[in-house]
Amino acid sequence: MADRKIGVYICTGCDIGNKVDIEKVKEYIDDECSPAIIKELPFLCGQAGLEEIKKDIENEGINGVCIAGCSPRVNWDVFDFGPEVVVERANIRELAVWSYKEPDLPPYEETELEADPLTMMVQDYIKMAVAKLEKIEVPEPEIPEIAKTILVVGGGFTGLNASLDAAKAGYDVVLVEKEAELGGFAAKMYKRTPSTYPFTATEENDIAQLISAVQDNDKIKVLTSAQIEKISGAPGTYEVKVKVGEEEQNLKIGAIILATGWKPYDASKLSDLGYGKIKNVVTNVEFEALAKEGIKRPSDGAAVKSVAFIQCAGQRDPEHLPYCSSICCLVSLKQANYVRELSEDAKAYIFYKDMRTTGIFENYYKSAQDDPGIFLTKAEIEEIVEDGDQVIVRVKDTLLGEDLEVKVDMVVLATGMVPTTLEEAKLEFELKQQASGEEEEKKEEEEGGEDPRLAKLREISCLKLDYRQGPTFPDLMLFDGFADSNYICFPYETRRTGIYAAGCVRQPMGLVAAKEDATGAALKAIQCIESANRGVAVHPRSGDMSYPKFNFTRCTQCKRCTEECPFGALDDDEKGTPKPNPTRCRRCGTCMGACPERVISFDNYSITMINDMITSIQVPEDEEEGGYRFLVLCCENDAYPALDMAALRGKKWSAYVRFVPVRCLGSVNTQWIAEAMSKGIDGVLLLGCKYGDDYQCHFMKGSELCNRRMDNISETLAKLQVEAERVKQVEVAIDDYDKIPEIIDQFVEEIEGFGPNPFKGF
Amino acid sequence: MSNSILIVGGGFSGLTAALEAAEVGYEVFIVEKEPYLGGRVSQLNKYFPKLCPPTCGLEINFQRIKKNPKVKFFTLSEVTKISGSPGNYEVTLKIRPRFVNNNCTACGKCVEVCPVERESDFDFGLGKTKAIYLSHPMAMPQRYVIDGDVCSGTSCGKCLSVCEYKAINLEDQEKEIVLNVGSIVIATGWKPYDITKLTNLGAGQIKNAITNMQMERLAAANGPTGGKILRPSDNKEPKKIAFVQCAGSRDQNHLNYCSYICCMASLKQCIYIREQYPDAEIVIYYIDLRAPGRYEKFLKKVQEDEKIKMVKGKVAKLEEDGEGNVIVTAEDIIEGVKKEEVYDLVVLATGMQPSLDGVEGVFDVEVKEGFVVSGEEKGIFAAGCAKMPLDVMTSAETATGAALKAIQNLVRR
Repeated sequence: MADRKIGVYICTGCDIGNKVDIEKVKEYIDDECSPAIIKELPFLCGQAGLEEIKKDIENEGINGVCIAGCSPRVNWDVFDFGPEVVVERANIRELAVWSYKEPDLPPYEETELEADPLTMMVQDYIKMAVAKLEKIEVPEPEIPEIAKTILVVGGGFTGLNASLDAAKAGYDVVLVEKEAELGGFAAKMYKRTPSTYPFTATEENDIAQLISAVQDNDKIKVLTSAQIEKISGAPGTYEVKVKVGEEEQNLKIGAIILATGWKPYDASKLSDLGYGKIKNVVTNVEFEALAKEGIKRPSDGAAVKSVAFIQCAGQRDPEHLPYCSSICCLVSLKQANYVRELSEDAKAYIFYKDMRTTGIFENYYKSAQDDPGIFLTKAEIEEIVEDGDQVIVRVKDTLLGEDLEVKVDMVVLATGMVPTTLEEAKLEFELKQQASGEEEEKKEEEEGGEDPRLAKLREISCLKLDYRQGPTFPDLMLFDGFADSNYICFPYETRRTGIYAAGCVRQPMGLVAAKEDATGAALKAIQCIESANRGVAVHPRSGDMSYPKFNFTRCTQCKRCTEECPFGALDDDEKGTPKPNPTRCRRCGTCMGACPERVISFDNYSITMINDMITSIQVPEDEEEGGYRFLVLCCENDAYPALDMAALRGKKWSAYVRFVPVRCLGSVNTQWIAEAMSKGIDGVLLLGCKYGDDYQCHFMKGSELCNRRMDNISETLAKLQVEAERVKQVEVAIDDYDKIPEIIDQFVEEIEGFGPNPFKGF
Repeated sequence: MSNSILIVGGGFSGLTAALEAAEVGYEVFIVEKEPYLGGRVSQLNKYFPKLCPPTCGLEINFQRIKKNPKVKFFTLSEVTKISGSPGNYEVTLKIRPRFVNNNCTACGKCVEVCPVERESDFDFGLGKTKAIYLSHPMAMPQRYVIDGDVCSGTSCGKCLSVCEYKAINLEDQEKEIVLNVGSIVIATGWKPYDITKLTNLGAGQIKNAITNMQMERLAAANGPTGGKILRPSDNKEPKKIAFVQCAGSRDQNHLNYCSYICCMASLKQCIYIREQYPDAEIVIYYIDLRAPGRYEKFLKKVQEDEKIKMVKGKVAKLEEDGEGNVIVTAEDIIEGVKKEEVYDLVVLATGMQPSLDGVEGVFDVEVKEGFVVSGEEKGIFAAGCAKMPLDVMTSAETATGAALKAIQNLVRR
């Protein structure tokens, strides 16, 4: 590490100077940290303040700047002195002066203490920032030799569009399709639902043009009758084994788009609706094929005069698919048009629960309503029975206010979409349940060799990832088996960096949405490659150059880091030594939090750095003189901004707490808690995001894993005769700014009830 | 030729398009007409179906902007002219005066002395701010702004005297700048449909018939009531609430299309109410309950609440009784009856009208019903609700796609 020459600059604006004994702060910091320079300025973010700092950087060789003033969330651009100068912010405005609540203590002059509580707090925050500055190294990215080719898995409508989009942006593409022909379900359609304004008319199926555009593009290599055999490596350095016919090909790939689409729901489960029992009851997918050939009544080949469409067949139903497939209403409207093409007097009946022609697609519904040959009503299906070569459909609760019976030539069941990832998602869920529940059974199986279901999982998974954590995406059952993102704001977030799902494998959707989705996923694939090529992280720590470094000499191969990484970034060797894959890593630090041997650190974020910050906190020996002390480790993405906003809104809280922001609660190592407790800090509060199935943690598992670790630490504390309640994790969201002060004060009060930490003073 | 991308609109779609392109390596300029980034979603209390706070995703996106020198943004700005050709557009921006410069530390001293009050547009008229204000605590940039229409200017000047940082300039002027860009993304979003046009639903004159966006502000912790849902006329806790779906949507006299989000928004708002008032009763009057895709589960969850009733039928009329209550005349189609019911509070699920609807266009693209339906060949791409009615998730998808299209347009040249 280059010698760090530190300058501490204390802003006295925004009420700081009025409330804090700045002289005492300077004295204390000078004594404790001996920075090269320590100055106070009335308006640090103004021209004069900045000039002063710049002058010191130039003349005095300051290369580490501690700005003691406002939150790092503001003036981020103002306090940027170039790549050579490391800046650390001591947030003494929001977290100290603005939120300061005078504690009930004797005047400090009458005690052993050197300063008033607020001044002590400011001293602490500045000392913490300097401690961090002393340890920080400027990260230098590790950039591997990057392959920029994009692999698209699935040659249906979405895969074709994604391939074309990536190629148009200048990237080479390999498109892998398991069938002999491209086009997927789109190629099986007779016509398509509207894709252009005014969204009123059924359109010709133009999939052939799309296929030839892909085939004619010399940046796209198409492999049909091809299967993924294995994907190993990481973004930028994937090695992909593909079996094309009998031949095996090895590809070097940068990023991957999963576009394996959907399968129709198994209609044999819909015998209640006549499927499998009545010949003239078919699914919407089968009807599409019939329409291509020319619609004939299946039972006898007679002309079809009337068709009833049954919406939500096996959908919106906990017995079948719990979700809606989004497009079946539009598809039935389209297929009703097919019926209307047959003859002037042909009739289509559509029985729906809710007509879901969302958004602009309402126009298509409107145009169907204008056709007197299409009869539409909300209805509950009573029964569907055979009547010779016709079918009788009886319904109730219609818009006509009466029950209804129609006799039709055919019934079409609007069955839904099942993602191609469902089977692997189910099996992965099953295996995980077992691993967490039945330890003993697991052991037995280990003795008897690998669980055969694991081999099955490898075989059926769409991508066959050669990852330590398994061949498939984790936890897709949270999304009914779809390879979806958990986040509303970030639809392409994925737990396997570099692999982006698009189209109906991600969510049930129609062609218009699938085309958009393909383009979006192509961008994310390109972005991941370019980020790997610059050595930086992708979302949500986009641009971060740091990455975990391992001190392997101390590693005990306990496998915690490899098992806990939410992104499966770490593989391992036979002995269990972790093998990092920096381009898969999102820099959340969960591995660092997991490691009991403190083997893992980042250049700018480490166990010792936070330890040093914790030991920077002054803990008064006598709580009746100086009060208690609490450490709050808070998620920098949500809890920290909430604190800032609480202060901005004039909220106050206990003067005994000290906040240390963390990348994610997942990065919290129990060592920090131990350090705090052994220093006599009376309690540790962890503020992080909601966890569980509906998690809000930006690193998926971070806050959940932290919670699990805290259970362990509570046990340890109990063994030491220390109240387990002294360490507590609370879920907060970014808009809890009005609740956070209460959460803090309640915690403080609760611990005060226990009395001081028994280790205090040791 | 320019390798930069102009993003018109700094709402969720615009931010997404900008960041996704910038993180590939392209320079982007965001132009936002409000004094802050974030757009509509910053006014929302929670997102459906997760009921998570929209500011959470905004914070991440703001962090991404802060870390990325390729992203530049202008607030209080509008595009006034575009000339040139694909790959080489010259774009003129008009930047309205903020009257507050970069020296502002958001210390808030000015607000204490400002004598002028104004209706908060951020709160849709439900609250008030001073003439100098910060729209909301997550405002990015975190700098105050003065409403030039109501501020008395230098004749008052009280704020000037308390601002220690010389951050206020009451003589600030409108500026014009010109940018050179290669591609343009239109992410101008939407506005709530004007309820004064809904004459049968009270035309905005019934105090306790609020819009769904007003409901978001009432439920938001940073809203006019601190997050407590109270009816506007008398701050009474509502016990009987009705939701009127398709208020202005799916209606040839108003918006032809379905606004995509209103069913889910009302279901979500039912949860807001039921969390605060365990005894409250709610009726949703709907035409179709549109909870597409996996949102279905959210609908099921709301339907499990016995205090929430869903009635298929269109609301014919809203009237006020003498005590601030709202009389709803609606039909129940399945039961085949039409009846009147009295409610404490009525929420109109007003639709989304594209911001470009009825606006004289500076963009050389075709606009239908307010939506951008062409322009790709010109290197101009629509994202989010400027393209079609969408929710946040699908807006982000189209915005990510628009970022790639904008890049393709640059690469091609």
